[in-house]
Amino acid sequence: MPAVIEVRNLHKSYGDTVAVDDVSFTVQEGEIFGILGPNGAGKTTTVECVEGLRRPDRGEISVLGLDPQRDRAELTEALGVQLQDGALPDRLKVGEALALYSSFYRAPADWRALMDELGLASKSSTMYGKLSGGQKQRLSIALALIGNPRVAVLDELTTGLDPQARRDTWQLIEDVRSRGVTIVLVTHFMEEAERLCDRIAVIDTGRVVVVDTPAGLTERVQTEQRIRFQPSVPFDDALLTGLPDVTGVVHRGDVVVVTGNDNALNAVTSVLARNNIVAQRLRVEQASLEDAFVALTGRRPETEQHANQGRAARGQARTGRK
Amino acid sequence: MSVTTTAAPRATGSRSGLGRLAVTELRLFIRERVGPIWGVGLPLVLLVVFGSIPSFKEPQRDFGGATKLEIYVPVLIAFSIALLALSSLPTVLAGYREKGVLRRLRTTPVGPARLLTAQLVVNVAVTMVTVIALLVVARVAYGVALPKQPAGFVIGVLFAAADLQAVGLFVAATAGSGRTAQAVGTLLFFPMMFFAGLWIPIAQMPGPLRSISHGTPLGAAVQALLRASAGHWPNGWQLLVMAAYALVLGLAAAKLFRWE
Repeated sequence: MPAVIEVRNLHKSYGDTVAVDDVSFTVQEGEIFGILGPNGAGKTTTVECVEGLRRPDRGEISVLGLDPQRDRAELTEALGVQLQDGALPDRLKVGEALALYSSFYRAPADWRALMDELGLASKSSTMYGKLSGGQKQRLSIALALIGNPRVAVLDELTTGLDPQARRDTWQLIEDVRSRGVTIVLVTHFMEEAERLCDRIAVIDTGRVVVVDTPAGLTERVQTEQRIRFQPSVPFDDALLTGLPDVTGVVHRGDVVVVTGNDNALNAVTSVLARNNIVAQRLRVEQASLEDAFVALTGRRPETEQHANQGRAARGQARTGRK
Repeated sequence: MSVTTTAAPRATGSRSGLGRLAVTELRLFIRERVGPIWGVGLPLVLLVVFGSIPSFKEPQRDFGGATKLEIYVPVLIAFSIALLALSSLPTVLAGYREKGVLRRLRTTPVGPARLLTAQLVVNVAVTMVTVIALLVVARVAYGVALPKQPAGFVIGVLFAAADLQAVGLFVAATAGSGRTAQAVGTLLFFPMMFFAGLWIPIAQMPGPLRSISHGTPLGAAVQALLRASAGHWPNGWQLLVMAAYALVLGLAAAKLFRWE
């Protein structure tokens, strides 16, 4: 598959602050490519350079063979952008916004059909300021798609949405991809990245830590299994700690947590069976994308609240930077 | 919700997007209500108030035989131009920048400069409509003669609009937020209106004040309009003062303006 976006050794500083240190990645045609990372990792600055909104200090970017700075006019026809913050006048009506934006492009999508498909038809004459968070988000997706772009960059798409709206939006993104649109998705939600992305670039402190599929990422950290159960009767830990496949046994109230390698589950269950101990509520925990993220970046992923605080701080920083 | 759209068969009319942008901006201007009420409605209300004061319709020696109402029509026109350009324009533009409207447009083929142009077009169009409304009401309801030098009058209005819009753009370029822009615009509005003769007609000002008035954006405008009303071409220096403000502040605004 041909590369749609190529970023090589991107570097961008604001004064003394290095936002993006050295970022390289390639996005293939037709894939959903995730950019995942903690707050301030340089995700947004990276995609802003790809969109041509910011001029990189160093490095090369090619989008559909175009240079985001030099070929801006061409790029804007082919690259749909959804920005983090709301970006329409409050009193502009939904239908007006779509009609207006469609007039900007050479070969726009049919805005009425798009409005229908995004479930906004009944909101056609509602003013932007009166829309709910989910509706605003759907409108901004519609505006990102209105020029019939080949690539769409979606930044923090579902932040601030309730779980149902978030799931609807995910479905929507999958539908968009099935139209053949390549998607770059900036996110800090593990679940979102895991559900949607074909490949993920984990970015931390301005560098790409790794690029892999969600499954590939979790495999990297799958060194240990965690087995939890409630034993039917108390037993001596030595029963389990003596097993070569087991690395640790911990009691948490009634629950026993055993860690070990891939064979640990087999070994533990047979020992328990031999001793007539029933393992109630047996659960085996495998590494999640979140574990992979923590292992790769050494931090917990943001909660949504933190993300919003971070965004506010970043907004201020951006104003200051002007 | 499934997305299956393909390219629209429909051809778009204006490739530039300027026409639709201007229409949209005009709609928003009307919906915001602030501009129509203060920039269009208030000058008309003031005209009606002044027109119903008997002493405003007596010829005065200070004004070379003109009535106070005749002196006030150009002042009210300047009032409208100033409100639209100093309050409405910078508030909207700085607000657009603050909210990311301009930034969002940067990612489209049209770009934010065209939104700025659309704003100026709407501003000038509304100004023209208000000027015509003021002249017609003054003529029909209160018998104030139409400008005796119409071409000179139109030139005066256009120079005044350019001059004041440059001030407005400069405010929009330097103010961080829509609210700051509004505050600064309003703060500039009152002294400018003072020197335009809203409270004391320029002809009745003491010498030093009158000299200052000649050099202010709005004072020069009102005097150019007064001359055209009386049948003369605006003075060279009046046009020069307005052109200088338009050019200097306009260029400064263009240099300082940030899209985000």
